[in-house]
Amino acid sequence: MAMAEEILRIEDLHVSVEGTPILNGMDLVINRGEVHVIMGRNGAGKSTLASVVMGHPAYEITQGSIYFKGQNLDELSVFERARAGIFLSFQYPAVIPGVQVGTFLKKSVQSVRDEPLKGRAFRKELNTAMGALEMQKGVLSRYVNDGFSGGEKKRLEILQMLLLQPQLALLDETDSGLDIDALRIVAKGINQVAPTAGCLIITHYQRLLDHVHPDFVHVMIDGTIVRSGGPELAHKLEDQGYDWLETSPEGTA
Amino acid sequence: MSDDAREAVGDYQFGFHDPEHSTIRFDKGLSEQVVRDISELKNEPEWMTEIRVKAYHHFMEREMPDWGNCGSLHEINFDNVTYFLRSSNATENDWEDVPEDIKNTFNRLGIPEAEQKWLGGVTAQYESEAVYHSIREDLESQGVLFLDMDSGLKTHPEIVKKYFGSVVPHTDNKFSALNTAVWSGGSFIYVPKGVHVTMPVQAYFRINAKNMGQFERTLIIADEDSSIHYVEGCTAPTYSTDSLHSAVVELIAMKGAKIRYSTIQNWSANVFNLVTKRGVAHENATIEWVDGNIGSKLTMKYPAVLLKGEGAHAEVISVAYAGKGQHQDAGAKVHHLAPNTTSNILSKSISKNGGRSSYRGMLQVTPKAHGCRSKIVCDALILDSDSRSDTYPTMEVGNSTADLEHEASVSKVSGDQLFYLMSRGFSEEEAMGLIVNGFFEPFTRELPMEYAVELNKLLELEMEGSIG
Repeated sequence: MAMAEEILRIEDLHVSVEGTPILNGMDLVINRGEVHVIMGRNGAGKSTLASVVMGHPAYEITQGSIYFKGQNLDELSVFERARAGIFLSFQYPAVIPGVQVGTFLKKSVQSVRDEPLKGRAFRKELNTAMGALEMQKGVLSRYVNDGFSGGEKKRLEILQMLLLQPQLALLDETDSGLDIDALRIVAKGINQVAPTAGCLIITHYQRLLDHVHPDFVHVMIDGTIVRSGGPELAHKLEDQGYDWLETSPEGTA
Repeated sequence: MSDDAREAVGDYQFGFHDPEHSTIRFDKGLSEQVVRDISELKNEPEWMTEIRVKAYHHFMEREMPDWGNCGSLHEINFDNVTYFLRSSNATENDWEDVPEDIKNTFNRLGIPEAEQKWLGGVTAQYESEAVYHSIREDLESQGVLFLDMDSGLKTHPEIVKKYFGSVVPHTDNKFSALNTAVWSGGSFIYVPKGVHVTMPVQAYFRINAKNMGQFERTLIIADEDSSIHYVEGCTAPTYSTDSLHSAVVELIAMKGAKIRYSTIQNWSANVFNLVTKRGVAHENATIEWVDGNIGSKLTMKYPAVLLKGEGAHAEVISVAYAGKGQHQDAGAKVHHLAPNTTSNILSKSISKNGGRSSYRGMLQVTPKAHGCRSKIVCDALILDSDSRSDTYPTMEVGNSTADLEHEASVSKVSGDQLFYLMSRGFSEEEAMGLIVNGFFEPFTRELPMEYAVELNKLLELEMEGSIG
């Protein structure tokens, strides 16, 4: 068996926002081809983790480090991380009025790949990806996330992920607010990227895991991972909630 | 390029200028004699000379406006302006005959290529007079007149006499008086009844000589049930001293006619840009101003429409970009003088690096103008805390049947937008450029494509080196 290739290494990560500690000593390693799921209550620090890996300026790392393929991410700005192959699917993607989706996608892919795109080849790629996500062409002339439903926004996030072909995909509650069909389509997108990337999926619900099969499930409480296991852990959380983890930190999954 | 010069052109790629190539140049300063000399040199009919002289006296007596950025207006030294400059001896009709340095300037602006693809006709105004003028044969055969204003006066004095000053009289304001006294160049267009000019007709204006005032005068008449789209684009080269641009544009849309007048002006940062634009729309006619203001030291410009006939419609879409040391005082005026007239005003402004943009608007509905509708939307985007945006709306509504809407918003670029775009591989500057282009998009989409592309490029350049 080939040596695992490390994509993301988080070591003893402490993060504060405006002086308030959010992450309190996180450790996590994701190798290429692995799907990790992080579950936990609201306020546990899950979204902070995703934002801080992407480089959000509001979050201050007070201790510890994040390495992407061995490089300390401290050295990279947000867009340099994107160009290096890190992708974040936002829980609440921003609206960019007046900027058409088609233009935005092309420019974004061009920036990340750092090479001029051939119009025809890109269009073909775009058609294939949109087909896989069952998206209509009309979306390309709409403004980025402007007037989009929750499901449309998430689908556009996944489309960007397919086009940008990241090595590390961070998916922040991408499954929230999706109906069954949309969930299936989003899962299809994730499964397409997963084999060649490291995936970190943040979710509240087990139901996405009917379509995406995680290698590891982690539970976050108060800014740290309190328990890690396999897919069965997600089922148990669905059934029993998080209380048993808080009252009995030494308990078994 | 020196730093001062770079600042003056705002790093704009077209901020170059050629050695002055002038055959006739008047001394600086203004007097009745200068006005008479200009008129004589052009062999104008006496009535035009008299209008000029009257306007000159009105200009001298008229006080400076005491509103807007009036402090800055007093910086204009009228004695330090050249009021007439003819850059070549005759109006050229053939590109081959245009002097080489002038041609270089236009080549760098890409005008000949643009003409091949786009133009219905070209009047390229180089300094005071048109040096190059062509009109497409299909326009000519439809009876459309498209001439520089001086030629228009020579060949169709009866039309000019009837309409010149009928929409913007010289007594309108101090700068319309100045323009009327010393005007030179500009376009004269007459579209006959029922003729639809399907391609936009375009003119390019530049000012090149130092302290060179530019006082072009444009008159467009669209006869009944005709239509035309006129486009002008301005770019200005580097300057070391202040420069004055004061144009007058008059539009007349007869019954059922439609005129769209699109402008992008990008003056260098020391130009005073004081322009009076006004149109009259008769019964069921439409006048649309699409007006983009970038650069200049101070712009004061409020495209206006008089809705004189029942069912007439006005559309004013404007954008303004105020950078360092710049004040864009722009807006729109619509006068609903007849029943069932409608208007839409959309104004968008961006202020950056201490720039200031103001929306100044006037909406009037007269007592007998029943059943009017008007919608005004003003959006301002402020890119940093040094910059400023104000709104000065005025409404005079004379009856209770009017349906009026006014929306105004001031926004900043959000951190969420920047983070989102940067997470997609855009640098902070690129992200700002994208947001700014998006903000102006409702304006940009109204422009012919080459202008839209140029405007987007320009805004992206404006965002460069701005973050930090």
